[in-house]
Amino acid sequence: MRPFEYSRAQSVGEARTLGGRYIAGGTNLLDLMKLEVETPEQLVDITRLPLNEIKETEDGGLKIGALVTNSVLAADERIRRDYEVLSRALLAGASGQLRNKASTGGNLLQRTRCGYFYETSRRCNKREPGSGCDAIGGFNRIHAILGQSSNCIATHPSDMAVAMMALDAVVETQQADGHEREIPLKDFYRLPGDTPHIENELKEGELIVNIRLPKPKSGYHVYRKVRDRASYAFALVSVAAIIKTDGNTITEASLAFGGLAHKPWRDPKIEEMLVGQGPRRKLFEDAADALLAEAQGQGENDFKIPLARRTLISVLAEATQGA
Amino acid sequence: MNVTLSINGRYHTLDIDPRTSLLDACRDHLALTGSKKGCDHGQCGACTMLVNGRRINSCLTLAVMHENDTITTVEGLGTAENLHPMQAAFVEHDGYQCGYCTPGQIVSAVGMLGEIGDGWPSHVTKDIKTGTELSGDEIRERMSGNLCRCSAYPNIVDAIETAAGKTKEPA
Amino acid sequence: MNKHVMDEAIGETRLDRNTQGVIGKGAPRYEGKLKVSGTAPYAYEHLGGEDVAYGFIVPASIARGKIRSVDTSAAEAVPGVLKVISGEKIVRAASQPMAPAAQTIDGEVFHYNQPVAVVIADTFEVARHASKLVKVEYSETEGRFDITNRHTVREPDSMPMTPNQSRGDFEHAFAEAEVQFDQTYTTPSYQAAAMEPHATTAKWDGNHLTVWTSHQLLETAPGQIAKHTGIDEDKITVHSPYIGGGFGSKLGLGPDAVMAANATIAIGKPVKIALTRQNVFQATSRRGETIQRVRIGATKAGKITCFAHETDTTNSPGNGFFEPSGISSLFLYPGKDRIIAHNIVETDVLMTSAVRAPGEATGMLATESALDELAETLGIDPVEFRRMNEPEVNPQDDRPFSSRRLMECIDEGAKRFGWSDRPEKPASRREGEWLIGYGMSSASRKNDLMPSAAEIEMSSDGRATVRTGMTDIGTGTYTILQQIAAEMLGLPLDMVDVELGDSRFAASSGSGGSWGANSAGSSVYVASLALIRELASRLDADAETLTLKDGHAIFGNKQIPLPDILKGETISVTGKIEPGKQAEETHQASYGAHFCEVGVNVVTGETRIRRLLTVGAAGRILNEKTATSQCYGGQIWGIGYALEEDLVIDKRNGLIVNHDLAEYHVPVHADVPALEVVLLEDRDPHASPLAGKGIGELAIAGVGAAITNAIYNACGVRIRDYPATLDKVLAGLPDDYLTAA
Ligand SMILES: Cc1cc2nc3c(=O)[nH]c(=O)nc-3n(C[C@H](O)[C@H](O)[C@H](O)COP(=O)(O)OP(=O)(O)OC[C@H]3O[C@@H](n4cnc5c(N)ncnc54)[C@H](O)[C@@H]3O)c2cc1C
Ligand code: SF4
Ligand code: FES
Ligand code: FES
Repeated sequence: MRPFEYSRAQSVGEARTLGGRYIAGGTNLLDLMKLEVETPEQLVDITRLPLNEIKETEDGGLKIGALVTNSVLAADERIRRDYEVLSRALLAGASGQLRNKASTGGNLLQRTRCGYFYETSRRCNKREPGSGCDAIGGFNRIHAILGQSSNCIATHPSDMAVAMMALDAVVETQQADGHEREIPLKDFYRLPGDTPHIENELKEGELIVNIRLPKPKSGYHVYRKVRDRASYAFALVSVAAIIKTDGNTITEASLAFGGLAHKPWRDPKIEEMLVGQGPRRKLFEDAADALLAEAQGQGENDFKIPLARRTLISVLAEATQGA
Repeated sequence: MNVTLSINGRYHTLDIDPRTSLLDACRDHLALTGSKKGCDHGQCGACTMLVNGRRINSCLTLAVMHENDTITTVEGLGTAENLHPMQAAFVEHDGYQCGYCTPGQIVSAVGMLGEIGDGWPSHVTKDIKTGTELSGDEIRERMSGNLCRCSAYPNIVDAIETAAGKTKEPA
Repeated sequence: MNKHVMDEAIGETRLDRNTQGVIGKGAPRYEGKLKVSGTAPYAYEHLGGEDVAYGFIVPASIARGKIRSVDTSAAEAVPGVLKVISGEKIVRAASQPMAPAAQTIDGEVFHYNQPVAVVIADTFEVARHASKLVKVEYSETEGRFDITNRHTVREPDSMPMTPNQSRGDFEHAFAEAEVQFDQTYTTPSYQAAAMEPHATTAKWDGNHLTVWTSHQLLETAPGQIAKHTGIDEDKITVHSPYIGGGFGSKLGLGPDAVMAANATIAIGKPVKIALTRQNVFQATSRRGETIQRVRIGATKAGKITCFAHETDTTNSPGNGFFEPSGISSLFLYPGKDRIIAHNIVETDVLMTSAVRAPGEATGMLATESALDELAETLGIDPVEFRRMNEPEVNPQDDRPFSSRRLMECIDEGAKRFGWSDRPEKPASRREGEWLIGYGMSSASRKNDLMPSAAEIEMSSDGRATVRTGMTDIGTGTYTILQQIAAEMLGLPLDMVDVELGDSRFAASSGSGGSWGANSAGSSVYVASLALIRELASRLDADAETLTLKDGHAIFGNKQIPLPDILKGETISVTGKIEPGKQAEETHQASYGAHFCEVGVNVVTGETRIRRLLTVGAAGRILNEKTATSQCYGGQIWGIGYALEEDLVIDKRNGLIVNHDLAEYHVPVHADVPALEVVLLEDRDPHASPLAGKGIGELAIAGVGAAITNAIYNACGVRIRDYPATLDKVLAGLPDDYLTAA
């Protein structure tokens, strides 16, 4: 870990003006700083900022402070009742100890678990732009099958963000100059392209203040995570689904996927395919095939294509039956 | 850099490198070596401490971030002469072998019972809208952040069940 | 010294009489309260409060080549850095078990992330960062990373077994066999991954070197450190009172010990080096990957006529140790014509060495699967197939078995488990999304007795203290030695203390190969007998008939408290056990059986263990609690080997990619349901004076195959390439995976 200057911000304004890398739960940033994958020179401790409440909004949604921990968020009664998919996703992630520290803002910004990103002696465009990508042709079991580029095939590891994506969450920020903005989560993350080191739309020094959830989506909520052991492992594939039916037809569908891409994946096209249709296996298969039409395996992760297909079909079957 | 830490009911003022983790502050600077380092990256749970009553991985947090927090380590739960009920249950059920993951398991278990007491759901809770009950499956899921390579898991679960019966109000 | 050589079978002993009533009982661990309160000191935790320095290793960023230069200037310029050590004081990895010393790097890189230097600084944080500033230049050469390439194939050393043993003419017999079974199985490399990373605290006071290190086998440690430091062996003391798990990975001396010892001598103050988790994965040792070909000839009626088990495994240059996958195949199944063979394929990857149950842990993944496959081909139930092929004598050399209760274990297990309820056909039982299957396997673990010595001191108040250089790696050594001494000497448990892990104590077997309890325990037995003779002679009584109970000597109609016999004196005796003719005249092994029920998710291919039962017969059980715990450990390792563990080597550059506990998956609580372990009442009078055999590694032998056999029964997918991760299962799952809609 490189030496850094540590300061603790007492207010959002102070945090912005201190300038430096924000540290919240620290569970991802310190992990990477120990290995010198991350090397900030200034560290601004934001844990004392008053951003740890979950408030109801006028439009019937919720505003989640960036510092609300993953545990508190998962256990919040409103989340459990109205946004079950989010609670489920959070509970499927990491461990009890980590969730007690991990913050809502930090979770959105956690970085990939690609082994070559972590190993500083290997080539990685995300860590060292232009150096190459050792995951291509290497051990890429956990890597992307959608949206990857020839520069980076990493996946985003978050479970929470997948559910937030399905819920149409909005990220509220303050930029270094105090300017406030709102970024819908669907526009927040970037695909790797030529710049895998730029992962989202945040500008230097921009602070996530809140994450807003629009009013609850009714219907059947499910978060299905497939992984290499029963707990405490990242998703190979995950599906967040909120499906509403009126008995005969699907009236609303929101679907997002983890483990498939550089960002939590959402594909409006398959939701459109489903809405207005009667639930049946052929429909689910067509939706899965549409989702994966462009999917490309990297060798070790080829299995993610059939796995994602089967998991989605099964989730749709469960959700339409449960709805 | 100066920091004052409240650990097990005592205040300690330290002049430390800001890079020092809470775990290393205890192990290297305060001779509180009950909390163990198994990975230093949040991957094993051996370093589990309670901070303001909640369990965390003390390897993934900086000591300087914990001014004014109330920190409990395994040494603060009980002593060899006067064991906490959770510690006694681990002895009774052979909930350990080499003992290296054990302080982390014990502190985590105490924190975990607190979470269940507060009605927090888990990944295996059937209906998260209504609440949760203590069961073997709940314990196993909630304790999964504590690896035990000796694999004392069955006995750890038994020990926790025993202690849960004895401790209504976990520390 | 009082010595017992195991030349003859043992008769009835004081342990059988059980006068004190403590042997065998599930006494709580002697050191338990220290462990649960966090006050048992592990290697890194000594010298609390003293002014110490910290070390951090600089790893190589290539896999093979020469070190051209090491530039330490930037690191040394960091305030707080005391010294950077490189060159001949640096070792490649841990030493091999019982090796005279570790391999030094000699200006070369032998594997990726091998140590090339170590930075010593006032604080851990400074050392860690400065390690990144050491600039090393290399001349890189091409490395060999893939076992399947077989670039360099060589014969292994004869440790831990004679690598190639054959009998008769297998090829001929196989060609003639009515049924020929020929399959190849692969197991990946594994990490022992003990929870305590190897660590050392070393202190040189100008005259004496004291080393606290996490090490299973103390006997050779001072000599090794002497070689690496140039300090006389008699000026070196090594302590290892608590060890946070070893599983073989700490049978060799860790690189941290060598570096910390040299560092404290260089800087004149104590030095602590704990390996990082990443170092543990890349600078200690690992279990070699294997490719195993199993060929079995049988009659149509189900009699095995010939057996061949041929293994390729890996090691790095200069290392002759091999994963002896065929170790159980030597004696488990019949056939007069047989081949058990091993090759080392040399690779430029971290050296391979002993990990829990070397041989059985990998070999029986193959052979116990093979038995299952062959039984199915023949249309015979796997339990019955084993019954039909129980050899009368050791098929390798016709020696009698000291005792072999394999079929009793299998039958007891089948009954308790409800084996008769096994789904007859694969993929025929389903509960919702889960396909249910049963599988079973045999278990066996070769038994060894090793030379070991212990001292017992009885102080004038009648308290006894056992001292031996033996270690307790979580196996329960403290407790069983306490129980043996207490039973033999007729003392309540709290009148017996045990001190372990000090190189000045009587030389012991160390903790390895499951021989620890038997060997060290037997030495305590021998010492106890000597102490009893001493007490008897003071009483003018016959040692044989002297009864000891609750701190009293009882003979004739007299009952005398021990202090009255000792009369203010302290007595000290030493006892030693040595293996003898019994080890040659009989073939000794522990036996067992595993039964498993799995669920395979029909959508995703995920496997979950629903039930797992192990029945074992391992001679006298010294402490039923710690013995059961050991078996749980073996079962759970089996779960890991069957389903999760896979140390991935990048075949292009030799990097161990998943070198931490986030991506190298070991079982977590949620992977493990309630388990069942049954230990048969058993005695093996040929094995040791305790009539006990090794148990620590029995339960891992075969269990993974019971799981993959159950996977086959559940879904029809046969896993021959371990582990059975969901991608491998998925490929063969049925298409009717929907339970709803
Ligand atoms: C062993 C292990 C297993 C895990 N398993 C899972 C899993 O299964 N599923 C899963 O989803 N996650 C998993 N995680 C990841 C975990 O969820 C994240 O580490 C955590 O959510 C990050 O939150 P944090 O508050 O600790 O972030 P930090 O580490 O504090 O910060 C992460 C990043 O966000 C930035 N940041 C933080 N807050 C703000 C803010 N308000 N505004 C702007 N920038 C900010 C930081 O500068 C940093 O770049 C695992 C982690 C570990 C170590
Ligand atoms: S996949 Fe992305 S993160 Fe991984 S090595 Fe390639 S560039 Fe780096
Ligand atoms: S040491 Fe903190 S989680 Fe492993
Ligand atoms: S007791 Fe050894 S790791 Fe848990």
